[in-house]
Amino acid sequence: MGEASAVVEMRGITVEFPGVRALDGVDLTLHRGEVHALMGENGAGKSTLIKTLTGVYQPTAGSVAFDGRPVAFAGPGDAQAAGVSTVYQEVNLCENLTVAENVMLGHEPRRGGSIGWRATRRRAAELLERLEVRIDPASSLGAHSLAVQQLVAICRSLVVEPRVLVLDEPTSSLDADEVERLFRVVRRLRDDGVAILFVSHFLEQVYAISDRMTVLRNGRLVGEFRTAELPRRELVHHMIGGSLEVLERLEEAPKRSLAPDAAAQPLVSAVGITRKGSIEPFDLDVHQGEVVGLAGLLGSGRTELARLLTGVDKPDAGQLRLDGRPVRFGSPRAALRRKVAYSSENRKAEGVVGDLTVRENIVLALQADRGWARRLPGRTVDEIVARYIAALGIRPANPDALVRNLSGGNQQKVLLARWLATAPRVLVLDEPTRGIDVGAKAEIQRLVADLAADGMAVVFVSAELEEVLRLSHRVAVLRDRAKVGELVNSEDVGTDDVVDLIASGEAP
Amino acid sequence: MRTVVRHNLFWPLMALVALLVANTVHDPDFLAIEVRDGHIFGALVNLLRQGAPLLLVALGMTLVIATRGIDLSVGAVVAIAGAIGLTFAAGAPDPAAPATVLVAILLALGACAVFGVWNGFLVTVLGIQPIIATLVLMTAGRGIAMLITSSQITTVTSAPFKALGTGYWLGIPIPVIIAGVVLAGVALLTRRTALGMLVESVGVNPPAARIAGVSARGLTWSVYVVSALFSGLAGLIIATNTMAADANNAGLFIELDAILAVVIGGTSLAGGKFSLSGTLVGVLVIQTLTVTVTALGIPPSVTPLFKAVVVIAVCLAQSPAVRSRLAARRRQAAPNAAVAAEVAL
Repeated sequence: MGEASAVVEMRGITVEFPGVRALDGVDLTLHRGEVHALMGENGAGKSTLIKTLTGVYQPTAGSVAFDGRPVAFAGPGDAQAAGVSTVYQEVNLCENLTVAENVMLGHEPRRGGSIGWRATRRRAAELLERLEVRIDPASSLGAHSLAVQQLVAICRSLVVEPRVLVLDEPTSSLDADEVERLFRVVRRLRDDGVAILFVSHFLEQVYAISDRMTVLRNGRLVGEFRTAELPRRELVHHMIGGSLEVLERLEEAPKRSLAPDAAAQPLVSAVGITRKGSIEPFDLDVHQGEVVGLAGLLGSGRTELARLLTGVDKPDAGQLRLDGRPVRFGSPRAALRRKVAYSSENRKAEGVVGDLTVRENIVLALQADRGWARRLPGRTVDEIVARYIAALGIRPANPDALVRNLSGGNQQKVLLARWLATAPRVLVLDEPTRGIDVGAKAEIQRLVADLAADGMAVVFVSAELEEVLRLSHRVAVLRDRAKVGELVNSEDVGTDDVVDLIASGEAP
Repeated sequence: MRTVVRHNLFWPLMALVALLVANTVHDPDFLAIEVRDGHIFGALVNLLRQGAPLLLVALGMTLVIATRGIDLSVGAVVAIAGAIGLTFAAGAPDPAAPATVLVAILLALGACAVFGVWNGFLVTVLGIQPIIATLVLMTAGRGIAMLITSSQITTVTSAPFKALGTGYWLGIPIPVIIAGVVLAGVALLTRRTALGMLVESVGVNPPAARIAGVSARGLTWSVYVVSALFSGLAGLIIATNTMAADANNAGLFIELDAILAVVIGGTSLAGGKFSLSGTLVGVLVIQTLTVTVTALGIPPSVTPLFKAVVVIAVCLAQSPAVRSRLAARRRQAAPNAAVAAEVAL
């Protein structure tokens, strides 16, 4: 793979915003027919570099060459015209249009002055087929799951037959099966000569798909590596740099202490709880000081189960017991009153309140529980907020910052602080580490282990089996909207055992 | 200076000042205030007195808009409140008795509360979009008011009742006192308790607020009741100003003025953060505009056009898109100065 095959050469890219230097002399080279991973923690400058490549930002210094010719993209339109297609992490599609309309939006085949709808649908169907997405192109996009919407977004990027395809966290809402499907398409595109820039927080996926990688840290280039020649440990080291402390925290997995006395009365106990079209009847016990993991593929009913435990959704049948006494949660408010908190997987839509400050977000649940008339005294608020900002390492450590301006990892920490401030006895965490960087992830895992050690009952939902196994005392496994089994975690239980259980539906 | 210009209320306040200056140029006595018989008089006092009902309606509207809603029925509720109050007084054996007046007021406000509960029910329980839900009462409300007044313009003579619209207390017009007390009350209630923050959380992100245990339904429901109550109060002031309940024309288009005032004040129609001081400034701008149009002798038929021009100018000056474009032009003119200023910010 010589220099001749380079499609994109970015040299010495510097991007400055008022008061901030987001990128400082970064190089990036993309070759024909390769998958190139762009690695770095949140705030390393990955998004800025991508947006420079796609014409959203103009570099303060440095050059971009396309096929060896220098170019200056004045806007996203220029980059698209040159053959750079982008799929962003957040799905940017119109839910109320059909799948076909979304795929072809802006590229509809014309007949005379009007759109050739039949050709539009046919072309969309071809592209969907290419990604093996078997859905009706005439169906409304909003009717499909987030994962399918993500695949539709990828389809959309293929309409223009791109020469460079940028995939920014395309897999954060996909399950293992869908990731594999996506990777098949990515490999096919690579073999067709497309240069693919791949950004992901999932190291396993990066190693599975990429040929080379460029690592950034704090807006600077660490280096370019061949994936096969870079051990994982070293990659993590490059990404988080000198902060060995974080690395140690990652290595030193929280201890899987013995499960609490099984004979003791469970703190929470679900018996035959079910909701039509959501999850089959399930039983689940969670003891004080115990972390129960929920494992399963996307759509297996993990989130549905979590929501039924916490009053977010109402069950059709079954009984929930708290301390052995039956309870009925008509709303999350009722659950919080009994010290049962739910942290949603959808941080943006159901978690943080973006236009409010860090301070307001942290005390929101506590204040809601007290009622509007009994406002928390200012000094108490300041004390609580300062404590959690320090304990969770929220950055910026400014209580008056608007939460929407924080990075994903810090938003997640604010959300955790909100629930912890209510001093819950039962904390249900749905995907608390999705889409956040390695360091923040380790901190949150650590926190969960500490909370359980202090006697909290934690239900931990995650798509990452390694993470579930690292933290949980017991793992409940779900498949096809039903709980199929339970594993008591120990040193010799591995991800394979969970995968077997998911596959067979029977405990080993 | 730059932070002053950037302040949310800078342009609305500039518009207000410009309007006041225009009026003063036209009529040098415009700003004059004199004390006669212990009461204050003057064009400005009149402006405040006539603006009081709009301020009441706009305060309720601000809270409704903060929860991502809108209340189109306020004008109809104004008409209903006047109709109930005056019709009851007219039918009473002694319209001038304080007890009669008190019952009339309570009856009118009680009915308004019921209409507010109705609006809130449609929005929170049935989940109907606020613009549609309140459209129901907007269209039906004037019919209800007509039924109450038997399609007549009900007039009544009752000195204590008339005082509500035209009286003075400590030299200050009573409508101004009422609006001021309500404004202070709402400000205290939302900012000294946690009510403001909880309402804003519902407006910014309703599902997140629900999961955080905020009783989103209760809060949303109550802002519609509050809006109807404030509109009822405004309706009583409007009706007692002339001591005539006009079901067709009382509070006509006041919902539009109220929404404009809220928007001029910087509260986004998308819900969330709200500004009561902004609404006050917005109301003053709208009301001064109305006065100006009359004072300058602009024919009533083109009044809406004149209003629209001023409102668009204020909204443009506030819009982020226009601001950034102007800022970009300034930066081209003086690159270094602009960058230095940005960093200083």
